[in-house]
Amino acid sequence: MRDVYVVGVGMIKFGRYPDKDVSQMGAEAGVLALKDAGASIKDVEMLVCGNLFQANAMNAQKILQQIGQTGIPALNVSNACATGSTAVREAYIGVASGMYDVTMAVGVEQMGKMGLLGGGARSGGESVEGVLGSGLMPAVFGQAGVEHMRKHGTTAEHFAKISVKNHKHSVHNPLSQYQVEVSLDDVMNARMVAYPNTLYMCCPTGDGAAAAILMSEDKIKQFTSKPIKVATSVLTSDPYTDRDLTMPDVNTLTQNAAKEAYEKAGIGPQDLSLVELHDCFATAELLHYENLGLCAEGEAGRMIDEGRTELGGDIPVNVSGGLLSKGHPLGATGVANIYEIVTQLRGQGGARQVEGAKAGLAHVIGLGSACTIHILTA
Amino acid sequence: MTHTQRAIAPMLRLPATPDEKPYLVGYRCPACNATYIGGNRVGCSKCTYVGDLPEVRLSDHGTLYVYSIVHQSAPGIPVPYVSAIVDLPEGVSVRCNLVDIEPDPQKIEFGMPVDMVTRKVRERKEKNAHGDEETIDIIAFFFRPGKD
Repeated sequence: MRDVYVVGVGMIKFGRYPDKDVSQMGAEAGVLALKDAGASIKDVEMLVCGNLFQANAMNAQKILQQIGQTGIPALNVSNACATGSTAVREAYIGVASGMYDVTMAVGVEQMGKMGLLGGGARSGGESVEGVLGSGLMPAVFGQAGVEHMRKHGTTAEHFAKISVKNHKHSVHNPLSQYQVEVSLDDVMNARMVAYPNTLYMCCPTGDGAAAAILMSEDKIKQFTSKPIKVATSVLTSDPYTDRDLTMPDVNTLTQNAAKEAYEKAGIGPQDLSLVELHDCFATAELLHYENLGLCAEGEAGRMIDEGRTELGGDIPVNVSGGLLSKGHPLGATGVANIYEIVTQLRGQGGARQVEGAKAGLAHVIGLGSACTIHILTA
Repeated sequence: MTHTQRAIAPMLRLPATPDEKPYLVGYRCPACNATYIGGNRVGCSKCTYVGDLPEVRLSDHGTLYVYSIVHQSAPGIPVPYVSAIVDLPEGVSVRCNLVDIEPDPQKIEFGMPVDMVTRKVRERKEKNAHGDEETIDIIAFFFRPGKD
């Protein structure tokens, strides 16, 4: 396999765009990434579009119909919340395999004010949601947090501190859907959604798009003197664990992905300058500190208490504001993570810049389940 | 008008005779004994055995693994309620509502014994094969604090 580099990234501010359509948002992000790379759509040899809720709408082709119908292979992927990062991985494979020198991944989603997400609401025609427990995401990730409380004595306050941290980071990210600081009291006293996650501990729904241009080593010299290397791209699915089919196990597939990513990249958690991880709910972020090996098992509560994952700490997590603030337009999320890591590794993070960032990890998990990890290096 | 009982989900069996208690069913891999809730399986995802997984009757008691207290849900669903994961002695877990307990983390203990109960949750009118309207009582299962 060949080395692969990210040469351009683009992202529109996450928010609500009721007057735009999916292909338009995707095309806008694509144009931003091409401009960032100093490339033209004519340079792109394959386009992968990640989108979940309009997955049957041929959005990759529609994006080309907006910015250049060059006739290249265009494909559409969906993989729950890991849809965007799966698009990046497909674009990565296209270059790594030697088949293409320049590929583009676009992640885009239009959710509007869509409410609570999740499945399992029906069984043979009868609605079971709220009768046979809850299959909606707030309860699923509430239970995942409660499991950590049971095993390690973690408290609701530990989880709430994640929300405080990520909202604090978000004020420095102009592309974040929300840029509002909240206090621990604000978070703890906010409306309870599904214990232990209150309103500010749940990511918003919204619209957004992000794009990335990937190139082979032969090609990058024409475009940049500061390429960002994709040290590894890993995708896992949920292996069999005892309760997984009843209570989605978000931990094991992340642990497996992390182990594989560190081995393949030759980079360990101690070498990372920053992490963008999948904080769809505050509970999730805390679990992933351990799953990604940022701390030992059972130590995640102490990690947030000690401020180690804040900007300025030894391993800043979600300096973009995370999904909790930046937003989580599902298909766009995984590409937006790459946008943030590339921005940081280039030293273009402004007030949220992690000093001397050399290596960053982007993690996404889609319930069902799919987990991606990309490690990028400057 | 006749009332007919119907289980809310296929995993719940309602015996025809009133003196027999409703029960949950699972499907057990003959090769490795992994047990699944929910049928229509082609094989075993734990050991990769392919073939029939015989049905196994599950216990009507278990222990509480974890829970969440749902305060915000889809329209029409009464809140708050406790969504729980219950471990059954057969080595399989089931998702359910935990009832007859205050939806308060202070009152809910990990590992507490829980017992299954069934209750009518809704009814619907349907025409039967003879064209007569009948009332279908939809029966669901719940778990409640039980005895050790």
